[in-house]
Amino acid sequence: MSAREEVLGRIRTALGETRAPVPEVVRDYRTTDDRPVAELLDVLVDRLEDYKASVLRCGPEDVAGTVTAALDAGLGTGWAPGSVVAAPGLPAAWRPDGLDTDDDRPPVQLAERAASVTAVAVAIAETGTLVLDGTPPCGRRALSLLPDCLVCVVTADQVVGGVPESLGRLDPLRPLTMISGPSATSDIELERVEGVHGPRTLVVVLVS
Amino acid sequence: MTTTPQDLRTDQTPLAPGAPRSGTTFLGLPTAPRGVGHLRGDRSFPDAARDALRDGQLRANLGHATQTIRGKRARVVAELPDWQQLRAAGSALKTATMARLDEHLEELERQVTARGGTVHWARDAGEANRIVTDLVRATGSDEVVKVKSMATQEIGLNEALEAAGITAHETDLAELIVQLGDDAPSHILVPAIHKNRAEIREIFLRTMPRVDADLTDEPRRLAMAARAHLRERFLRARVAISGANFAVAETGTLAVVESEGNGRMCLTLPETLITVMGIEKLVPTWRDLEVFLQLLPRSSTGERMNPYTSTWAGVTPGDGPQDFHLVLVDNGRTAVLADEVGRQALHCIRCSACLNVCPVYERTGGHAYGSVYPGPIGAVLSPQLTGVEDNASLPYASSLCGACYDVCPVAIDIPSILVHLRAEHVEAQERPTAESVAFRALARAMSHPRLWRLAQRAAGLGRLVARGRPTMPAALPFPASAWTRSRDLPTPPAESFTAQWVREHGGRS
Ligand code: SF4
Repeated sequence: MSAREEVLGRIRTALGETRAPVPEVVRDYRTTDDRPVAELLDVLVDRLEDYKASVLRCGPEDVAGTVTAALDAGLGTGWAPGSVVAAPGLPAAWRPDGLDTDDDRPPVQLAERAASVTAVAVAIAETGTLVLDGTPPCGRRALSLLPDCLVCVVTADQVVGGVPESLGRLDPLRPLTMISGPSATSDIELERVEGVHGPRTLVVVLVS
Repeated sequence: MTTTPQDLRTDQTPLAPGAPRSGTTFLGLPTAPRGVGHLRGDRSFPDAARDALRDGQLRANLGHATQTIRGKRARVVAELPDWQQLRAAGSALKTATMARLDEHLEELERQVTARGGTVHWARDAGEANRIVTDLVRATGSDEVVKVKSMATQEIGLNEALEAAGITAHETDLAELIVQLGDDAPSHILVPAIHKNRAEIREIFLRTMPRVDADLTDEPRRLAMAARAHLRERFLRARVAISGANFAVAETGTLAVVESEGNGRMCLTLPETLITVMGIEKLVPTWRDLEVFLQLLPRSSTGERMNPYTSTWAGVTPGDGPQDFHLVLVDNGRTAVLADEVGRQALHCIRCSACLNVCPVYERTGGHAYGSVYPGPIGAVLSPQLTGVEDNASLPYASSLCGACYDVCPVAIDIPSILVHLRAEHVEAQERPTAESVAFRALARAMSHPRLWRLAQRAAGLGRLVARGRPTMPAALPFPASAWTRSRDLPTPPAESFTAQWVREHGGRS
């Protein structure tokens, strides 16, 4: 008998011939958030800053300039545009001049770059979480992982209140990365250190 | 909510030794053998605990750690007005999953396969290790990078790989500290919590080839030394091994929840990814993650959300590993499933909240439990995975205070399972031990009010033994000594609560 058949057989034996009915799952927790958008944006900013991410806010006309300011904040002024890689589908109007664009180069080459710029698929206000879904505006997973500074552009219509609303907007078949602040560890005497293997700096440009 | 003795009194009907455990029917199909791997200690819990109790540094580290995490957890849990509703939904979802576990696993297999992954099944630790070893060999690589995973610790994968000439690099900072220090993890979430910064610095200086000799013991400097040490390993790794926090049956989506980004490195950069997962880790639908992605981070690290959660379904062209294998491991889980009371232990999402509130864990630390699963969940899971006769002292490694049940995000009634396992152990004993005699007498006394009052009066005698000291002497005569050797019993009060009530309220009840 194959291991598969045997394990499934053991489960069937364990559950017995007459199986207990499957209990109903009551979903009486919060699944929507009626707060006005402006309020959700404030909550998002508060939570992001609590995680030591920086947030720059701007209007829709001003995105490229604010991305430049975000890179100044993350890298210090004087960074070389060629050292910053943008996601292939990042809208042209959001891109500062001269940025490199990710292509199908071996992912490890991205480790030499100073920063990356991506869009997001969804942002969760209550937890301060950005979700990237691997579509061209967000880029492949290595892009938001290897450069030491990550700049994410979030638009107001992408912001939801809580986790349940966010999952409803996401495609479970895409590779998703949920990011809540820069990478961190508390493994040494529980003292929090920001920035271990992922980007040590996270700057968010919030467009509304 | 606290657990009262009434809550504990589920079905305690004793089983004859060797009788099938409750809920087991025999259909001529395979029944479940016990798990093997890192689930048993060399010594009994009381013996190991006695040494741990003498280690002042360990107790101080643990006390600080558990207290800090408890506080953080309490703050972020209080933030959610619907925590109890989420907890009830989490518990119901797990019960629903277990009730049709075979169907969900078959669906998961179909979905993962449809998206370009390969699913393997392992009856036990040995078979899982062989599958993984063969998969690594087939890539031609002699090293792998690993994300922290309880399942691979349980099956002893690193040792199996090493025996096959394959080096496994742990990449989680705490696991790295444990691996470099040739040590064992002591906590589910923060495995190196028993080491302080000076000890960690010493380990790094001794074992990291290119470490800066001026390394200080500042946590930031130590974390950066680990980053530098592992960076090059990530970039050259061709094979990664991970665990999984959740698997979604309906979509074939796997999820890994982490903080440092080492998980993302392993899940993204290598060409081959091998994920090892216990068969109980799945949820039926994508939507179900909306419950667990709220329960887990808040219960675990006390954060609103952990820094990184990665999900993937099979293989995505041009993004991440192009060869994906999922190894589903039984290793005793189906034996746990066969026990109607004990099967709740399979609902565990490994958040470690129960460790942090447990007064026994706080004093003994994780090593005393002898298994990769320490604390209250370990006290109920390890003996069930191995069979209670192999871990007979663990169901007694608890004071039944109920704190673990109160914090558990999926409401596992750990105290009831402990009592159930004790009864099972006592019944399995051929020769009565002091524990079995005492436990039988206690169970009888608690269920008969007249006997209970008598017992309380007898406890009054204990005051004479204690002679005014706050705790009873550690060396009570046999058979009580078996109980008091590693426990401080409070001296019984001069008057029991019942006696006081009767005196003040004139016998009304
Ligand atoms: S038993 Fe509950 S509290 Fe303990 S680790 Fe598992 S899920 Fe967390």
